[in-house]
Amino acid sequence: MSAMLIRGGRLVDPSAGIDADRDVLLKDGRVAAVEPPGKLNSAGKQAEAEIIEAKGLVVAPGLVDIHVHLREPGQGYKETIATGTAAAAAGGFTSVCAMPNTVPVNDSVETTRWMQSTERNPSARVFPIAAATRGSTGEALTEYGSLKAAGAVGVSDDGKPILGEAIMHQALVAAARAGLPVIQHAEDTRMTGGCSMNAGALAFRLGLRGMPVAAEAGLVERDIRLLSELKGGRAHLHVAHLSTAAALDAVRKARRNGVHVTCEVAPHHFVLTESEVGEYNTNAKMNPPLRAESDRKAMLEGLLDGSIDCIATDHAPHATHEKEQEFERAPNGITGLESALGLTLDLLHRKHKVSVSRLITLLSTQPANLLNLRGRGSLVAGAWADVVIFDPKAEWTFRAAATRSKSTNTPFDGWTMLGKVRMTISEGRIVYRAD
Amino acid sequence: MPTTKAIPEPPSATSACSRSLLTIASLGVDEVSAILHLATELEQEDAVARAQRLAHRRVALLFYEASTRTRTSFELAAKGLGADTALISSQSSSIEKGESLKDTGITLRALGAECIILRHLSSGAPYLLARVTGLPVLNAGDGMHEHPSQALLDARTMLRALRRSEEGPGETLLQGITVVITGDILHSRVARSNALLLPRLGARVILCGPPALLPEVALELGPGITIERDFDRALKQAQIVMMLRIQKERLTGVHIDLEEYTARYQLNAERLRARAPEAIVMHPGPMIRGLEISSEVADGPQSVIAEQVRNGVAIRMALIHRALVDRSGPAKQPGTKKRGRA
Repeated sequence: MSAMLIRGGRLVDPSAGIDADRDVLLKDGRVAAVEPPGKLNSAGKQAEAEIIEAKGLVVAPGLVDIHVHLREPGQGYKETIATGTAAAAAGGFTSVCAMPNTVPVNDSVETTRWMQSTERNPSARVFPIAAATRGSTGEALTEYGSLKAAGAVGVSDDGKPILGEAIMHQALVAAARAGLPVIQHAEDTRMTGGCSMNAGALAFRLGLRGMPVAAEAGLVERDIRLLSELKGGRAHLHVAHLSTAAALDAVRKARRNGVHVTCEVAPHHFVLTESEVGEYNTNAKMNPPLRAESDRKAMLEGLLDGSIDCIATDHAPHATHEKEQEFERAPNGITGLESALGLTLDLLHRKHKVSVSRLITLLSTQPANLLNLRGRGSLVAGAWADVVIFDPKAEWTFRAAATRSKSTNTPFDGWTMLGKVRMTISEGRIVYRAD
Repeated sequence: MPTTKAIPEPPSATSACSRSLLTIASLGVDEVSAILHLATELEQEDAVARAQRLAHRRVALLFYEASTRTRTSFELAAKGLGADTALISSQSSSIEKGESLKDTGITLRALGAECIILRHLSSGAPYLLARVTGLPVLNAGDGMHEHPSQALLDARTMLRALRRSEEGPGETLLQGITVVITGDILHSRVARSNALLLPRLGARVILCGPPALLPEVALELGPGITIERDFDRALKQAQIVMMLRIQKERLTGVHIDLEEYTARYQLNAERLRARAPEAIVMHPGPMIRGLEISSEVADGPQSVIAEQVRNGVAIRMALIHRALVDRSGPAKQPGTKKRGRA
């Protein structure tokens, strides 16, 4: 495999505590060396490395999204692993964790392997998250040990919360034994039947049934209680797409008590509020729904104070004909892989003065650590040659029509983004290069 | 909004066609006045002359939900103006075969419809139809959202029953009047449209019902709205009392003890005599006699329920006229085609 020398750039690698000008030599799909500017020129020449000039650009470990829906197998009209990972590469992501709500549900070793096959033609590494229960029906556990051996990095029934206490208890115990986190889509569906947006004055005004905050917070609290009742302390609960201040408070409190619970937040939940629903905009419909301004602010605070572990997009492509329906009928979800970095830089970095290093922590280092993705989220020597190179000052306009994804269901069409991805390298291979 | 938008949003459904009526909130008070005037003008016009106004214009009535009053009065209104009407209901059309609202709308436009009147069980459906067809859409009731033509005909009914003039500034048309709306507010599009319209015409609106059917959040619909749980106390303040049906078809997970409900919230002769002997009684229909209202009251001298239905035709003539005729230009000549029939 060929070598590459990325030179003249500003390396931001929180895993090594580096935010300084460094050259990076990649060889055979791995990081070979990281040195001050100029120090790798001869090594690069020796390796016949392709020179990549990164002056004025940030060089960082490839972004890691631990919550995406790639729709394969079964729903290739929405997305394929090839198109979803192409969108990932364009957004600077080199690792994506694919949720199991495919058709059929990924509850087997075969599907888990199938998703990781090079025959899927991926532009980023796909890490399957396997179903926590067979068929995601919440009844019987899947085989966590063999799923992990096949490459699964977590278990979840995402989209279908694990409601039963007994089965959730079993899942936490079995996952701890296998060394996997249980990722819960926290929604008490007994409180959300027929609901299509956040509960409150706006839902009332629009004549839509609303999902109460308590449906999320209540299940998070329940899961934390189950977790804290376990002996041994190896079990790890990860709360997917947290969206409410109340649920975040529950997570904070549990962490203070030493319970191993982590959480992620999606960009739309710290950028948008329920008002985006406006005139029944189905691209503002997702689950959990966009919430009130106070919840959005709480998500921001959680990112700033470290109580939220990482940013994950919940990339959820849907075909135009599915979104162009009555609001209550349209499916939940928006795409997110190509807008995450631009939104995060604009809001967290430019407006809230969060350092680029901290952003990379939230978008790469910490998510990789959470799901134990070895050699990801870091550019120390020996790590995977997963790199994103972006211009942190470049403004650009996000166009849904120009997406690499198969679907265009985004509320961010036409938005000005900050931070343009110039190149994405996955395991030493250039998988995206800006025109 | 934390992040700036580089390009303007595509035109919204309401602005895409200003002659649509999707929500009562989109009408300025002056426009409400103008619609009330136009309704009277059209109602008083000679029937033959009136039938020339929209001769050969095409109006589609697209009904996904059962309706007696609204459908018939929209149809009679369109016909009264001379328009050709086509009625499409979810039974007996390709909707049964799974055709989408978008495709149904595009099909109707291709058949020459220049305006679509939509009744739909899903809140917001008229916005979608307006967006995808670009045609003026009149919301004839969408889910739990709104029923704007009902609010307009109710306002007209109130003015007439109170012997008030339609002249004068719109903001004062119902000044000093207290309207009590009682019943299943949560599921009622009629309640929403009325609660949004009447305060802007100067009225005070009191919403009344048990918490399960009237959440506190209803107060946030807008100014001029209060909640009173005690029906008798509310009635004592009412010049107008509007009763609503319990929408059994939309009661998901809400359990109502009907006997208790009837005892506390039914408008019956005894209660009306004791609390509001002068008040005007309204009901948008359909009524469940013996539940929210007694037969005696529904048929009694204070009831204007039949007047509401009658006023529906005049108001809907005005709305269809407004949808099809550009009021800024000269009145249209019969038979001329103004819009491309794409």
